[in-house]
Amino acid sequence: MIQLKVNGSSKQFSGDPEMPLLWYLRDQLKMKGTKFGCGMGLCGACTVHVDGKPARSCQTSMKAAEGKTILTIEGLYAKGKQEHPVQKAWKQCAVPQCGYCQSGQIMQAAALLKDKPKPNDKDIDDAMQGNICRCGTYQRIRQAIKLAAGVQA
Amino acid sequence: MNRVEHVSRRGFLSQVFSVGSFILGAKLLPLDAVAATTAPSWNPGVFVGLSPSGMVTIVAHRSEMGTGVRTVLPMVIADEMEADWKRVKVEQAIGDAKYGSQNTDGSCSIRDFYDAIRQAGASAKLMLERSAAEQWKVPASECHAKNHEVIHTSGKKLGYGALVALASKQPVPKIEELTFKQESEYRYIGKDIPMIDLNDLVSGKGTFGMDAEVPGMVFASIERSPVYGGKYKSHDDTEARKVAGVTDIVVIPDFKPPHMFQALGGVAVIADSTWAAMQGRKKLKVQWEASPHASFDSDSYKKELSDKARLPQKVVRNVGDVDAEFGRAAKTIDAQYYVPHLSHAPMEPPAAVAEFKDGKVTAWTATQNPQAVQDAVSAALGIDKKDVICNVTLLGGGFGRKSKPDYVCEAAILSKKLGKPVKVAWSREEDIQFDYYHAVASMYMKAAVDGKGKPTAWLHRSVFPTIGSTFDPSAKYGQEFEMGMGWVDLPHDIPNHRAENGPADNHVRVGWMRAVANIYHAFAIHSFMDELAASAGRDPVEYLLDVLGKDRKVLIKPEGMAYWNNTMTQDKYPVDTARLRRVIELAAEKSGWANYKPSKGKALGIAAHRSFLTYVATVVEVEVDDRGQLKIPRVVFAVDAGKIMHPDRVKSQFEGASVFGTSIALHGEITAKNGRVQQSNYHNYPVARMNDAPYQTDVYIVKSDAPPAGVGEPGVPTVAPAICNAIFRATGKRIRELPIKKQLA
Repeated sequence: MIQLKVNGSSKQFSGDPEMPLLWYLRDQLKMKGTKFGCGMGLCGACTVHVDGKPARSCQTSMKAAEGKTILTIEGLYAKGKQEHPVQKAWKQCAVPQCGYCQSGQIMQAAALLKDKPKPNDKDIDDAMQGNICRCGTYQRIRQAIKLAAGVQA
Repeated sequence: MNRVEHVSRRGFLSQVFSVGSFILGAKLLPLDAVAATTAPSWNPGVFVGLSPSGMVTIVAHRSEMGTGVRTVLPMVIADEMEADWKRVKVEQAIGDAKYGSQNTDGSCSIRDFYDAIRQAGASAKLMLERSAAEQWKVPASECHAKNHEVIHTSGKKLGYGALVALASKQPVPKIEELTFKQESEYRYIGKDIPMIDLNDLVSGKGTFGMDAEVPGMVFASIERSPVYGGKYKSHDDTEARKVAGVTDIVVIPDFKPPHMFQALGGVAVIADSTWAAMQGRKKLKVQWEASPHASFDSDSYKKELSDKARLPQKVVRNVGDVDAEFGRAAKTIDAQYYVPHLSHAPMEPPAAVAEFKDGKVTAWTATQNPQAVQDAVSAALGIDKKDVICNVTLLGGGFGRKSKPDYVCEAAILSKKLGKPVKVAWSREEDIQFDYYHAVASMYMKAAVDGKGKPTAWLHRSVFPTIGSTFDPSAKYGQEFEMGMGWVDLPHDIPNHRAENGPADNHVRVGWMRAVANIYHAFAIHSFMDELAASAGRDPVEYLLDVLGKDRKVLIKPEGMAYWNNTMTQDKYPVDTARLRRVIELAAEKSGWANYKPSKGKALGIAAHRSFLTYVATVVEVEVDDRGQLKIPRVVFAVDAGKIMHPDRVKSQFEGASVFGTSIALHGEITAKNGRVQQSNYHNYPVARMNDAPYQTDVYIVKSDAPPAGVGEPGVPTVAPAICNAIFRATGKRIRELPIKKQLA
């Protein structure tokens, strides 16, 4: 039996320990905000926080999630019922086009700002280059991160 | 003629509108098409309804894949209707021919529906005003609608909700009676209101095809022939069935040519979760018959196309006498260009849920074209089109891939066999290996030039497999639409001009991808134009304007076919060189072209192109370091797309096109060996990321009263040639084959 915490709730899992956390979140907990994009950790659409650090849930097995605290996009929003500053900035900059990659982008950006509250361009490139947006919203993602961080665009 | 009609009492609307609503429908065919059709049955498409509570419901009949169309079309109706946007609810339409075309493809949603939706809004407004006049027993001219209420000159007011019963009895006004708002009166048009899905999309709540779920649903993972056309022979599922959660193995029959939008065929592993289905499939052993395409090899195919491009081919446009001029000219220049197969690779791979029950299919899917889903699924299952109900989710990117619903057919076929709802979710590997690829093309260009380096003759041969092969496997030459995409309509002032199209066999599925044939034609044309400017030692902007010639409308007359012009007449949407000139000048001005000082490894490049009836000029700045690493600090777009509804979403489409075009220029390449596609995921089919995408893209929109034109696609074609032209000026290296990849190292 694998124990873990998802967005503050304790969960138990008894299936295939090799199953990625992504499919546990999506198929079992029905939390569909975390997206499937590549299954190889190449695109970042499935990004969640594991013990506060950004992680690709398609590359995180349930075995590896044992005892961990998981935060998903659904939890980021609900925290204290306040919109997260990253989400707020995302709306101000009208970042999303199709929106499919945006949960992963937002989780990655939120982790970046926790780690580096005032990131420069290189910090943003380094943190965000693992997250693909095929619609091409990168420019606004950068702008929204700077807005959320209160640094000059 | 007013295209709007009362549909308040029609039962089929009861799922969307509450009882007692006042509902209008609008005919969505273009007016000239209506005139050309004999006695069309009345099929109102856009619906706007008003309930007694005062809530306005507007049906969005086009698919949302990131353009904002699901917000913008309803927004235009609301504005003309004087509805308060806060009291407007948008409902997504299911697939139904009554909506007219729902194929969200070809950059035409605003262009095709602008007139109809304005009429729907203005009709509703006038009927509400007349209702209030009736209630108050005053002349209608004393009543005017504003922000969800009708106001009398005396100051008394009635809310829209209170007028529903009377409005439902009003006759629909004649079009001559309608008044449309002036620009200064717009409440929403041009005001960049937020997309209705924005909150959902930043909080993980939007429902995409991949997220669709119905009770009792099972999950399928499908093994398909790795070579196009390889038929199923046999399979061994002993090991697959041992995987926990796997419940069934189902053979999907091979497609029968033409492949159209059919399921390709294969063997499906059915399980109680996505993961179990994927694991089961890894253990499945399938034998395939040899395919006639098993020897397909991209290297030899490229040589075949390129060889053909150097030989005379079918003439598809002919002005003057190119051969005579080549014979006379003191100087000729030639070059050959190549663009490989490309994959759409939307972030959401194809996905669908389908449930077959009581002879009917209900589908929930990310599709650009729900009526194509109805057609393809009804053909696959031998049921009536009306018995296919297609619910449209949000699309996690489309780019043309999701106008082809083969994946929905798979889900429907499996559901019928299993008697339960089935979800088919493609992996990234399936997406990249079984795409309808953007077609590869080889192009040969030759020009004769005068003493100033200006072309006096221009030959452009293009050889590419046609998308027509989707519907006719024997099709080998380009279709009218492929020729008409920025090729046979080149408007530049060149007295002798010939275009030739060579035949190409097809060995994979090809299909529309964002900007389609414009991608390779624009790459060849605008790269070659830059080569001519360089050869003449002239400034590319000054040269381009000179070759474009004086302001005029050019009547395009190709050989042996009509000019496609995006299905529109040249009367309404002429090829206007003045508009192309204006965007070139604007892009040059905004990029600081005239005063820009190229330095070592750093320069600007330009390309200007008309596609989807929109005029675009793009200036790109590149920096190439000593190791051949490329950076793109800035891209400047100047755009004339006619009337604009939502400037911010127009800008966002061009920002996106900047990145999409960069992916094509830098990375995109699908190749095959022994008939098998060699790429499978983002490691070997890379797309632009934050660190190699243009750092900044600025979009300048020309203010225009011309009829609305396309926005989603026309930003793509200019990007690759502008990047390569900038690279030439920065390094002296001319890129003639895409992708650039390691060519700068």
